[in-house]
Amino acid sequence: MAEEKKVKKAVRKKATTQKNKSRTRKQEVRRPAGSRRVLLSGNEACVEGALAAGVGFFAGYPITPATEISEILSMRLPAIGGKFIQMEDEISSIAAIIGGSIAGLKSMTATSGPGFSLMQENLGFAIITEIPIVVVDVMRGGPSTGLPTNVSQGDVMQSRWGTHGDHRIIVLCPNSVEEVYRLTIKAFNYSEKYRTPVILLMDEVIGHMRETVWMPPEENLPVINRIRPSVPPEWYKPYEVTPTNVPPMAAFGDGYRYHITGLVHDQNGFPTRRPDEVKEFRARLRDKIELARSDLVKVEAECIDDARIAVLAYGSVSRSARRAVVLARKGGTKVGLVRPVTLWPFPYRSVSRLADHVDVIIVPELNMGQYVGEVERYACGKCRVVPLNRIDGEFIEPEEILECILEVDGNVSE
Amino acid sequence: MYRNDLLYKYLRSEKKFPHLWCPGCGDGILLGALIRAIDKMQLDKDDVVVVSGIGCSGRLPVYVDFNTLHTTHGRALAFATGIKFANPKLKVIVVMGDGDATAIGGNHFIHMARRNFDITAIVINNNIYGMTGGQYSPTTPMDAKSATSLYGNIERPFDICDLAISAGTAWVARGSVYHVPMLDNLIVEGVQKKGFSLVEVMAYCHTTYGRRNKLGDPRRMMRWMKDNCVKTEKFREMNPDEREGKIEIGVLADRNFPEYCEKYSQVMKMAGYEGEER
Repeated sequence: MAEEKKVKKAVRKKATTQKNKSRTRKQEVRRPAGSRRVLLSGNEACVEGALAAGVGFFAGYPITPATEISEILSMRLPAIGGKFIQMEDEISSIAAIIGGSIAGLKSMTATSGPGFSLMQENLGFAIITEIPIVVVDVMRGGPSTGLPTNVSQGDVMQSRWGTHGDHRIIVLCPNSVEEVYRLTIKAFNYSEKYRTPVILLMDEVIGHMRETVWMPPEENLPVINRIRPSVPPEWYKPYEVTPTNVPPMAAFGDGYRYHITGLVHDQNGFPTRRPDEVKEFRARLRDKIELARSDLVKVEAECIDDARIAVLAYGSVSRSARRAVVLARKGGTKVGLVRPVTLWPFPYRSVSRLADHVDVIIVPELNMGQYVGEVERYACGKCRVVPLNRIDGEFIEPEEILECILEVDGNVSE
Repeated sequence: MYRNDLLYKYLRSEKKFPHLWCPGCGDGILLGALIRAIDKMQLDKDDVVVVSGIGCSGRLPVYVDFNTLHTTHGRALAFATGIKFANPKLKVIVVMGDGDATAIGGNHFIHMARRNFDITAIVINNNIYGMTGGQYSPTTPMDAKSATSLYGNIERPFDICDLAISAGTAWVARGSVYHVPMLDNLIVEGVQKKGFSLVEVMAYCHTTYGRRNKLGDPRRMMRWMKDNCVKTEKFREMNPDEREGKIEIGVLADRNFPEYCEKYSQVMKMAGYEGEER
């Protein structure tokens, strides 16, 4: 038995080394010295990223296809003195991580569509009370129980508008296992830096796919921690207006006794209904995200300089889109790829500029058309926006996108 | 120290008063009892966390000078779980109403009892949703009138203490806003008990419940409480007929179960963690 395993391992090793030989040159250029190469699934990479970012508290509830994150953290967290708990539902899971963050630990939870819906109320609580947390949503087919093990991008709008009331939110969407690792760290950094919940939106395909990840050496990781107050407790204003719009945050037990409430509150944290204070507070919550756009919004573009057609895709679909763009380019079609890494805040400047330069934007999505509406809004009629949707629970293949590109190209040429 | 000085020591007196409770409400009596209990135990204010949900009881933490958290409806115990688990050194006290704890938060309530965190829950039971205008709650007596049971309530009420005991709460007590010195002591005992402890506080809502059910003003409702609350030693000697309509007050259960954070520190050791515990 053991021998069999050994042999298998050797075969696998050989296979991977051979496979990688052809790619080595490309990768050597890209990778920083000292990085480690490991084979991980998206969910595993998420755990590694969270640990690298300094997660100290996890609460969750089992749900496909996000469960692996809980399972692995239940093993890893106790070993580093972190806290893991499985709660009775997703409502209490997010409540517990908000509590954990208030007590000073970097906290996260992981779930999928149905659980994410249950979390929405307390997600709003974390927004209004400005508690840093990271929520991982590995999307599956919905609505309701839907297609639990199939790929989907149905939660794009839920991630933006799921909680009630007006708010801003940060949503990151990786398209590879390696990016899951990097964006999980980034999600923690953003949440700590801006004192706000950050959502990491993965597709089921990204969560379960296995890929090679290059782990950078630990000292190279940019890890941001929340700013703690430096003033004496009697001077501390927990929701003070600061130049960055982000007030320093004290943990319970630090000696800064203050009040946290889901009611709209004044700079001291106490409930208020005074219109001037309410306006100031709400504007600050908006501005701390809006004015940080240059830091938050990340968009990748490929082959876009001379393109007349652009494919705008995010998450796993952008991989098919990339292949389709490469194939179409080989055939002489001038097409490029634009990939928002940050889904929200919406990269409206990039999209608006893109609409100035191209004739058509194709938006392939694994839903009935969610992000495409937003693209249309900022394209302002300056170019055509063509949705390409797949809703049968299967993955969009490069050929479908290629077909769409060629069809659109035919129309454009005419 | 004079009583008033004591209150000023713990209240956010310059910032948050007058309070929003109706004149004659029992919530203020509980607030006083909580402060006296904490003073009796000489807890460091920095180490005390008071968490609440939504409703009249939910507004209690804003008045006290501790680390205070006013959460969403029914979720106070779940937030408290996070705080206690992340920093077990903190003394976490959760204040909830009857609807908060046993309707919308019922699931969190029984699971907290099962997990046995060293947290104290105080449930103010006024048999009604007061803040929203008097709709029936899981503890509204059968046939009682409320804003949503104008023909009389047809649901059987929960006995919160029985519920807590059967869900595995380590220490369960019931007090009332009439029996104030006893309430002080129950809170002290509850907080000092290792494990999850529950103090159900019998209160009344004259504004929305008393008025509809013709139970009179706060004085009459208070008198009813005096006449019908029976200390547990005496209650246990009564026969079932005599018990009818009476409320048992005192310590109803005192058991020892393994505490969650202590069990978890064993898990950390098993996992190979050798560092200092937070």
